[in-house]
Amino acid sequence: MTLEILPQASPHIRHGSNIGQPLTRRDGVLKVTGRARYAADNHPPGMLYAVLAVSSIARGRVKSLNVEAAKSHKGVVDVMTSVNRPKLAQDPDEKSNPFMFRLDLLQNDRVRYANQPIAVVIAESLEAATEGAALLAPQYEAEPARVGLDGAESFVPPGVGVGGPAEIRKGDVEAGLDAATKRIDATYETPSQYHNAMEPHAIVAAWDGDRLSIDTPSQGLAMARGRIAGLFGLSPENIHIRSPFLGGGFGSKGLISGPQILGVLAAKLVGRPVKLVLRRDQMYGPVGHRPPTRQRLRIGVDGEGRLTALDHRAKTASSTFDDFFEAAADISHTLYASPAIATSHEAVRIDIGTPLFMRAPGEATGSIALESAIDEAAAACGLDPLAFRVRNYAEVEPISGKPFSSKALRECYAQGAERFGWARRPLAPRQMRDKDGFLVGWGVGTATFPALMFHAEARAIIRRDGTGLVESGAHDMGQGAWTALAQIAADGLALDLDQIEFRAGSSDLPDAGIAGGSAHTATAGMAIHSAGADAIAKLAELATRDERSPLYGAGNAGLVARNGRLRRRDDESRSESYAEILARAGLGEIEGRGASAADPAAQSTYAMHAHGAVFAEVKVDPDLGQIRATRLVGAFAAGRVINPRLVRSQYHGGMIWGVSFALNEQAIIDRRSGRVMNADLAEYHVPVNADIVSIEALLVHEDDPYVNALGVKGVGEIGVTGAAGAVANAVWHATGMRVRRFPIKLEDVLTPAG
Amino acid sequence: MNTFDYVRPSTVPDAVAAAAAPGSAYLASGTNLLDLMKVGVARPDRLVDITHIAGLDRIERLPDGGLRIGALVRNADLAHDPDFARSYPAVAEALLSGASAQLRNAATIGGNLLQRPRCAYFYDPFSACNKRAPGSGCDALHGENRLHAVLGWSPSCIAVHPSDFCVPLIALDAFVEIEGRNGRREISLDALHLLPGDTPERETALEPGDLIVALRLPARAAVFAGHARYLKLRERTSYAFAVVSAAAALEMEDGAIRQARLALGGVAAKPWRARAAEESLAGERPGEAIFRRAAEAALADAKPSGDNAFKIELARRIVVRALALAAAGTPARLPALPGSPFSSAPGALHDA
Ligand SMILES: Cc1cc2nc3c(=O)[nH]c(=O)nc-3n(C[C@H](O)[C@H](O)[C@H](O)COP(=O)(O)OP(=O)(O)OC[C@H]3O[C@@H](n4cnc5c(N)ncnc54)[C@H](O)[C@@H]3O)c2cc1C
Ligand code: SF4
Repeated sequence: MTLEILPQASPHIRHGSNIGQPLTRRDGVLKVTGRARYAADNHPPGMLYAVLAVSSIARGRVKSLNVEAAKSHKGVVDVMTSVNRPKLAQDPDEKSNPFMFRLDLLQNDRVRYANQPIAVVIAESLEAATEGAALLAPQYEAEPARVGLDGAESFVPPGVGVGGPAEIRKGDVEAGLDAATKRIDATYETPSQYHNAMEPHAIVAAWDGDRLSIDTPSQGLAMARGRIAGLFGLSPENIHIRSPFLGGGFGSKGLISGPQILGVLAAKLVGRPVKLVLRRDQMYGPVGHRPPTRQRLRIGVDGEGRLTALDHRAKTASSTFDDFFEAAADISHTLYASPAIATSHEAVRIDIGTPLFMRAPGEATGSIALESAIDEAAAACGLDPLAFRVRNYAEVEPISGKPFSSKALRECYAQGAERFGWARRPLAPRQMRDKDGFLVGWGVGTATFPALMFHAEARAIIRRDGTGLVESGAHDMGQGAWTALAQIAADGLALDLDQIEFRAGSSDLPDAGIAGGSAHTATAGMAIHSAGADAIAKLAELATRDERSPLYGAGNAGLVARNGRLRRRDDESRSESYAEILARAGLGEIEGRGASAADPAAQSTYAMHAHGAVFAEVKVDPDLGQIRATRLVGAFAAGRVINPRLVRSQYHGGMIWGVSFALNEQAIIDRRSGRVMNADLAEYHVPVNADIVSIEALLVHEDDPYVNALGVKGVGEIGVTGAAGAVANAVWHATGMRVRRFPIKLEDVLTPAG
Repeated sequence: MNTFDYVRPSTVPDAVAAAAAPGSAYLASGTNLLDLMKVGVARPDRLVDITHIAGLDRIERLPDGGLRIGALVRNADLAHDPDFARSYPAVAEALLSGASAQLRNAATIGGNLLQRPRCAYFYDPFSACNKRAPGSGCDALHGENRLHAVLGWSPSCIAVHPSDFCVPLIALDAFVEIEGRNGRREISLDALHLLPGDTPERETALEPGDLIVALRLPARAAVFAGHARYLKLRERTSYAFAVVSAAAALEMEDGAIRQARLALGGVAAKPWRARAAEESLAGERPGEAIFRRAAEAALADAKPSGDNAFKIELARRIVVRALALAAAGTPARLPALPGSPFSSAPGALHDA
């Protein structure tokens, strides 16, 4: 897809390279004027509306559905149930690789979690489909639901996160604890959190014979296409998915979800295009979520304030039918130096939809527990929590002993502390009051997130007129890929941003991998940049071999591309424009290809992570317990910054999620039925504007020669880590009360009556 | 689709006639009713849209000095009416502490009085709820009930009335004017909402067809204007219902309390007037000890209905704080964060 940029005077004043410029989102005007077309904005001719009927029990089977009542409702065209659902080429319960998750596609009458789709009603209008779904009046044979972290027998999962081992140890933790002069043994609990992107999962699907055309938000177009191809027995080339904009993804749109596939099935059943959009409450089940955790941390510290042992054990929950285990304890591998580190995971299988990736999966849950425990350890030693963190600074990655490819965390601590005014912090809690008498507390947390690289491809073309076209099926979830990747694309071709056309967000473009793991800018960006370099190299080849060119004989290495011209390095006055070179060669265009992947050699040598330090101030009403995060300063080092404005916005969003994690967000789950009782935006609380009084993100310079040639690490998820713990620690510092169950509620910080 | 009749009367008698039939419901701005219809909790056969009835959107000074507020006046318009806010500042503060700016711009004051409880089990057609389906049971009772009632509840229903607006209104002896099949009558707001007893499905004293046409605040309620506050504890700084709230209004004379008004929100199925507490304050000089004594009196009959014992002590404390704030005097301007304990916190620049 090409971004239809509105005619406007170019706001992009360029000083040197495109990379590094704080450009505003190129799609901003389209969005604020409502002209950005999201998936659900599509209405192909003849389109019908599909509405899911979802289960209101968490476990059992559907005994009956009143299909007749639904079908006889005016406007209802058909009802899809396990009886008449079109055949699939692949069992949705089949799992041919660990990245493939089981889907609920009406394969039988079983109910394995609340809000599981049990039927789809297709009608001429959304209203008719909605009423049809209500008329189905399902009858169930319910079985007792297994609810919560104690709802079933616990076991050690085969692996955690994306294929990591459930248990890792280095050194002797028990010996380290024995040798310690101070010990912490504390258990923290984090709640279930559910995805609430502004745009719910939506799909518009249209079949044309064995060709399939789809509009749906996706963070991984090629994988989505592959999954659909497998399920329907189609050739991937016959499937076209458009996903120019996502109204937020946060991991929930990384893998295509069951409801999206149900939209495709519905279209197949009725032989007409179908639109299916999840209702907000239907997001609480079939599209992944962050599972609850209970984490026990044991920390030993010697007389010098240095860790002697770090033991992090996490219990989490997964579904009864698939394997996703939140790797909460793994955060302890990378942050603090300790001679002995052990991390382990156990899990229960309960009647929930399979938990999946949710912004900083594992890191976010683990971070709030680890940062709280480190704070408790600092307090036990009578040390300033920042000084304590610096004292336990990891010069090499603690678990592996590998050097870091780069690590400017010390600078993050220093710059963040300076900006925040940390030096004025009293050591003891409950010491600070503001002029109105509110308790004031300051807390710090260390942020970290791995710098990942996946595989991506891109294509760059230099056209006859000297302009460029760059294509990569990349994904803009709102983070600004349309802008940041175009900046990289322009630099790759040594052109101005307004001299290139950048295409993304469509499955017929080169595979840009997955926009997840905070790796999209690095991964897609590298492919794009290499494609540009490849095109330039081909152009240089033409010029240096052509006697008529002023560049003749310069050799590839002797040229530099700048502003649409190739120049001799030794004499920049000798140059030629792209257009001239192509014209002389009689070529309409020249094409370059690029690909990117992680460099295994660098990866086995270096530990690669982004880092940051988040400082938080909270105010707490001393009598009433109401809490407000009044100031946040985060300082982050994540390699090269492609667009500081967009990067800052990622950090802000992440830190706000951290506040949410510490103070607001929680699915309230009925202990008997296992159903989420606050599945709407009024009651599933996230911070509102009034909760975020002051927020600041500092970009700390960091050069990383190893992560990738661009030097880019990820910024999308790191903001959540560190921030949540910083807020929790600030609450302790304000009140003197250590709350270990999140989110922290007002009753948790009330002084006893009397 | 779920079909229903939609009628749009232009006069009060037409509305009453249209709504008297069983299965009818008045539709004001629909910010509550339409939500309930969407989730299938309310399924009226006939919607009687009252927003086109002329004359119900006025705020009038009455000859006796009281104020009469038409049922269709928007929440935001009332809160920002200068005359109203000057006379009844705690009511304006309560209004602005509720919902969001968008909702307040739409919501009517009649709809606010009659908004339904926010109990999650009431909102969920698949849970047992005596209020929604009499006799089916109450899933909140042994369920997730952290925010449920601590006063006036019965085992048949432990829901709370969610309105902020009603809390200072009840403290100030507001009246509602009702037009019904037998003509016009008025009742005190205190008599409008009912405690659950054995009939939680009966939430109000209204009969089928009864239309609230106006709300009245007596002239004498303005004597509290100099010492009136609303305070609301929330799980985030804005856009959340009250965990507990309190309205306190004092008439001061020579440094002593001549008379006091006190009501609590978020604690019972109705806005909770604390008369014994009010009496304990009369004639006293303001101070922590007598405020605490008043708080004890206000919560004397409180008992937890579930995991919510903390609300009782919290309610006592918010009473003490609201009284202290009222004694300190109504601020010259409405605080930037109305009703919030953080209303004085720097950095808050807007109505939240
Ligand atoms: C997300 C959200 C958050 C909210 N937060 C708060 C909050 O913090 N504090 C708070 O106090 N409120 C809050 N509210 C509730 C809000 O105040 C009410 O929804 C609103 O006041 C209802 O007014 P309305 O005109 O939309 O009423 P409607 O929805 O039209 O009607 C509500 C009910 O009153 C009946 N009704 C309306 N007018 C009359 C009349 N004149 N005579 C007889 N019956 C009538 C209707 O039949 C219906 O049963 C919130 C609402 C939402 C959706
Ligand atoms: S508390 Fe009342 S409203 Fe809630 S489920 Fe029980 S009966 Fe229904």
